[in-house]
Amino acid sequence: MVKRGGNDEDPPEKRPGDESVPDASSGASNVLQFPTSLKKVEPEAAAEAAKPARRVPGSAPAREAPPAPAPFDNELVQRLRARFGDAIGEVTIDRKQVIVIVDASHVREIALACRDDEKFEMLVDVTAVDWPRRERRFDIVWNLYSLTKNERLRLKAHVTVGATVPSVTSVWVGANWPERECFDLFGIVFEGHPDLRRILLPEEWQGHPLRKDYDILKQDTEWVREHLGIESGQ
Amino acid sequence: MSAGNEAAGFGTARGVDTTVLGENEIILNMGPQHPSTHGVLRIKLRLDGERVVDSECIIGYLHRGVEKIAEHRSYPQFAPYVDRMDYVAAVSNGLGYCEAVEKLLGAEAPPRARVVRTILAELQRIASHLLWLGTHALDIGALTPIFYSMREREEILKIFEKYCGARLTTHAFRIGGLQYETYDTFEYDVKRFCEALAARIDEYETLLTENRIWVGRTKGVGVLSADDAIALGVTGPVLRASGVQWDLRKAQPYAAYEQYQFEVPTRENGDAYDRYLVRIAEMRQSRLIVLQAVEQIPEGPIMARIGKVLKPPPGEVYHSIEGPKGELGYYIVSDGTIQPYRVRVRPPSFFNLQAFHRMARGAMVADVVAIIGSIDIVLGEVDR
Repeated sequence: MVKRGGNDEDPPEKRPGDESVPDASSGASNVLQFPTSLKKVEPEAAAEAAKPARRVPGSAPAREAPPAPAPFDNELVQRLRARFGDAIGEVTIDRKQVIVIVDASHVREIALACRDDEKFEMLVDVTAVDWPRRERRFDIVWNLYSLTKNERLRLKAHVTVGATVPSVTSVWVGANWPERECFDLFGIVFEGHPDLRRILLPEEWQGHPLRKDYDILKQDTEWVREHLGIESGQ
Repeated sequence: MSAGNEAAGFGTARGVDTTVLGENEIILNMGPQHPSTHGVLRIKLRLDGERVVDSECIIGYLHRGVEKIAEHRSYPQFAPYVDRMDYVAAVSNGLGYCEAVEKLLGAEAPPRARVVRTILAELQRIASHLLWLGTHALDIGALTPIFYSMREREEILKIFEKYCGARLTTHAFRIGGLQYETYDTFEYDVKRFCEALAARIDEYETLLTENRIWVGRTKGVGVLSADDAIALGVTGPVLRASGVQWDLRKAQPYAAYEQYQFEVPTRENGDAYDRYLVRIAEMRQSRLIVLQAVEQIPEGPIMARIGKVLKPPPGEVYHSIEGPKGELGYYIVSDGTIQPYRVRVRPPSFFNLQAFHRMARGAMVADVVAIIGSIDIVLGEVDR
């Protein structure tokens, strides 16, 4: 493993999502620490450790790891900046992969430019990451691939809980299902999606399981009792 | 209703409108227990006589919340879970996951481990294609191939069993390399299997390739153009059958693929028959890769020095491999702890199945079975 400074201290075990959830039901944080055998919880170290992982937008992670994300610039980035100005935020490179932070409200135009002018013909994936401590809580991630250039590009937008994100289904029809999955599991609303319904979970399911405040042992007990005729957890 | 769908553009399935039916129209529900759906896929078909007017795939019956589980396991603890996604190609899943975590750590498996990984992953591709061949032929009504293809697949599973003790959900690799050395007769077994395989593939071809019924049932069925395939994010043999010569093993080599000579078979028509031919040709290429690899397995360690507790530095990585079904990607976000902050699996079957709506439109209801089979989906991976 790559050598890092600060390895001798107690490991930062506390995860950023754990304590920050405003409305998590009581007892939830206990259950969250699942693989207990590997965990040593030391309150002080944990509190300190929660900081670097927090990642405020605009600042790179504070850890001094060798492949730390670094600012990145090239012609592609300059072209995008020239065209979209402030809608293109910070551009970083992490493990040799380029990440472009974009303004969520302009993502459709940026996606169109990426597809037609920059030849990123393929939308590989749409997904999200939940950072409950952040004000703009969700990262929406679009992974693009260019068959022509054999390159990958990752667009990322930070959005708040209630915000809607423009759907890119008009740019890549293949965005249909992954956007539905994002809606299903994170509750992110894609504006202009032709058919935004749950895809993996039942239509009547309550809650969005991949949010950090959705406890792993929790499920829609009502739904389970009604439709499966068993008590939840069996 | 179909007019509305046309306007919205192809592929943007809106769900089947069941409210107003035409004179000859019916709604037919297929699955989730239909034998040809390869698991628990449910398809709602709107038929005009025997023609498919509209269709909708209903998935999620096998949803286990794997991505959520990942956030509550350490990196090595999660490795066995990925085997349960595409459970007929567990080795490929494991390879993708281990390499993604290695990338996140900034580590690299030693050369010996990479070559052994390549051999096992290619054997797994052959096994996956064999299972597909047998079941796909069975769906269409050719009973014989499954007996032969299972026979060969069994040999591969035996090699897996001798290597790591498991046949299906193998958990064959570890983050940083391999847990097990190859067993004594590994090279011999692999070589013997590969030598026999060429004639066996010829044998399948004599059963199917020029069989009039087979050609009649698959040619021109489920056509997907290259542009549509790219727009839909379709990858793997389905994409290559549509004429796009793109294979991650060539485009962005991983494991030890850059050392070996092989071709990327493609076809032009993008129908079920071409997908069959592409997969047959792929098995031959995989066989060549395995033969080249097993000839020279480098000596040396099988594990990289990565430490006992894996704590990747904060950051994120997307790593994908060419699975038997297409691009299998892992997007992993680390917050510097022992557990991944987020693991997103980009399953090839999920995206390929999305193209079903496009392929099935205008098809005969009997061809629906052939189309599903030709995509080669595994529901464990679609639903996760």
